Amino acid sequence: MMAEAATLPTRRDEAWRYADMDGVARLGVAALDQWQAIDVAAGTSLTRSLVVGSDAPELHRFRVTLGEGARAAFFVTNAGGDYTRVEIEVRLAKGAHFEFGGVTIGGAGVTREFVTQVLHAEPEATSNQTVRAVHWAGATGNFLGEIKVARHAQKTDAAQDFKGLLLEAGASANAVPQLEIFADDVKCAHGATVGELDEAARFYMMARGVDPATAQRLLVQAFIGDAFVALTDEAEHERLLDAALSALEGAKL
Amino acid sequence: MLIIDNLHASVGDKPILKGLTLHVPAGEIHAIMGPNGAGKSTLANVLGGKPGYEVTAGSVIFRGEDLLALDPHERAAAGLFLGFQYPVEIPGVSNVQFLREALNAQRKARGEEPLSGGEFLKLAKEKAALLKMDMEMLKRQVNVGFSGGEKKRAEMVQMGILDPAFAVLDETDSGLDIDALRIVGGGINAIMRSPEKAVLLITHYQRLLDVVRPDKVSILAGGRIVETGGPELALRLEAEGYDSVMA
Repeated sequence: MMAEAATLPTRRDEAWRYADMDGVARLGVAALDQWQAIDVAAGTSLTRSLVVGSDAPELHRFRVTLGEGARAAFFVTNAGGDYTRVEIEVRLAKGAHFEFGGVTIGGAGVTREFVTQVLHAEPEATSNQTVRAVHWAGATGNFLGEIKVARHAQKTDAAQDFKGLLLEAGASANAVPQLEIFADDVKCAHGATVGELDEAARFYMMARGVDPATAQRLLVQAFIGDAFVALTDEAEHERLLDAALSALEGAKL
Repeated sequence: MLIIDNLHASVGDKPILKGLTLHVPAGEIHAIMGPNGAGKSTLANVLGGKPGYEVTAGSVIFRGEDLLALDPHERAAAGLFLGFQYPVEIPGVSNVQFLREALNAQRKARGEEPLSGGEFLKLAKEKAALLKMDMEMLKRQVNVGFSGGEKKRAEMVQMGILDPAFAVLDETDSGLDIDALRIVGGGINAIMRSPEKAVLLITHYQRLLDVVRPDKVSILAGGRIVETGGPELALRLEAEGYDSVMA
C-alpha cells in the first residue's frame, strides 16, 4: 500500500514522476488522503465505469480488495480540463480477476494520468489493463502501472497494454510499466507504443467524402475502442465513448 | 467533364507530371496506359488530392469547377471517385460505418437528406450483390484481412454505393484472377457506363479492356500524354510494346 500523504509528494516519488506538480499543489494535502475503499467479496463481481474531469484539478483514489474468485472491472474516461489523476490499488486473492480500461484524452496543455498498482497476492489470479492516450496542444497522458506478484502467487496471469496517439507535435505520452515478480510460474505481458494518426487511412476516408473532423473522430474511436471492449453494458459503453469523443471536438486536425 | 491542361506536379522535389493535357467528356471511358514510372499513379493521386503531391503548374477543371482548389473530401462530394491501387486497411472501423459516414457526408455537402440506417443497408446490399460480395464482409473492418482481389471488389462496392459522376481507377485490375477481373469489370460497366458519367481507367493490361471497352486510349510517358487513339491503340501496345508504338 502506498503511504498516506501527510505532505505533498514530489517528482522524486516514482508514482508522481510525470504528475503536474502545480496541479497537485492546487489539489492540496487534504485531497491526497481521500481513498475510496471497495471490497469485492469472494465469488462476486463489480463493475465501475466513470467519466472524470472538470475545469478543476481532480484526484480519484480507489483501494479495491478482491476475495477468492471475485471480479472487479474499472472503466474510465479521463478528459479533465485540469490535472486529473485516477489511482487504483488492487489486491487480488486466489483466482480473482481485475480488468481495467482507461482513456486519457484532451489538449490544453493539461496532464491526465492513470496510476495502478495491482498486487497478485495469491495464486491463479488474473489482471488485464488496457490504456489509450490521445493528446494534442501540449497535453500529456500518463500510465504508471505497477504489477506485484507475491512469492507464492503461482499461475498469475497479468497483462498491461498502453498505446498513445499524439495528434500534433508538443503533446506527449508516458508509459511506465513496473513489474515486481517473486513467483516463478507466472505470465506477465506488457506493451507500450506511441504514434501519430494514420495519414493513409485519413486520406482514404477523405477520398470517400468523409470530412477531416469526422475522419479523425472515426480513427480515434477505433483507436480507443480496445480500452472499452470488456465493458459490456451498452449504455455505459456509449457514455464513456461519447465523453471521450466529445473531448476531441476542437482538437487539431 | 474533366479538363486537364498543361499539368505539372512534383513529389518531393522530383517533377513527375510535365505538361499533361487530357480532356475526358461525359459518356467516355478513357484508358490510360504507359510504362512504369510514367506518372500514372501520380496523375491519380493528384486528381484525388493526396497530400505530398504538389501541383507546380497547369489546371484541372472538373464539371466547371477548379478541382485543385478543393480538399479531397470536397472533390468526392463534387462527384469524383478515386479507386486505390492499394486500398487502405482501417482497423476498428467497419465498412458499413465508414461508407454510411462517407455517403451521408457527401449528401450533406450537396444539400441532400442523409440516408437512414435501413435505406443505407438496402443500397449496400444491392451494390454488394452486383460485385458478388457477401454482406458479412461489409460488416467487417475496412479491408482488414481482405485478399488483394477482395480489396478491389470492395473498392467497386464503395463506388457503387457512392455513385460518382467520374471515377479515376488506378490499376483496379492488379491482383485479380480471371473470374474476379470479369466481376470487377462488369461492376465498372454497370456503375459507370452512362452518358452522364466518365471514367479514367489506368491499367497495364488489355485484359481489363476486353471487359470494360474504352472509347479512347491514351499513352502516358515521361509525365505527359504522348498519344491518344481508339481501342485499337491498346491492342497495338499489347502486341508491339511501348517502344515501337511511341517511336
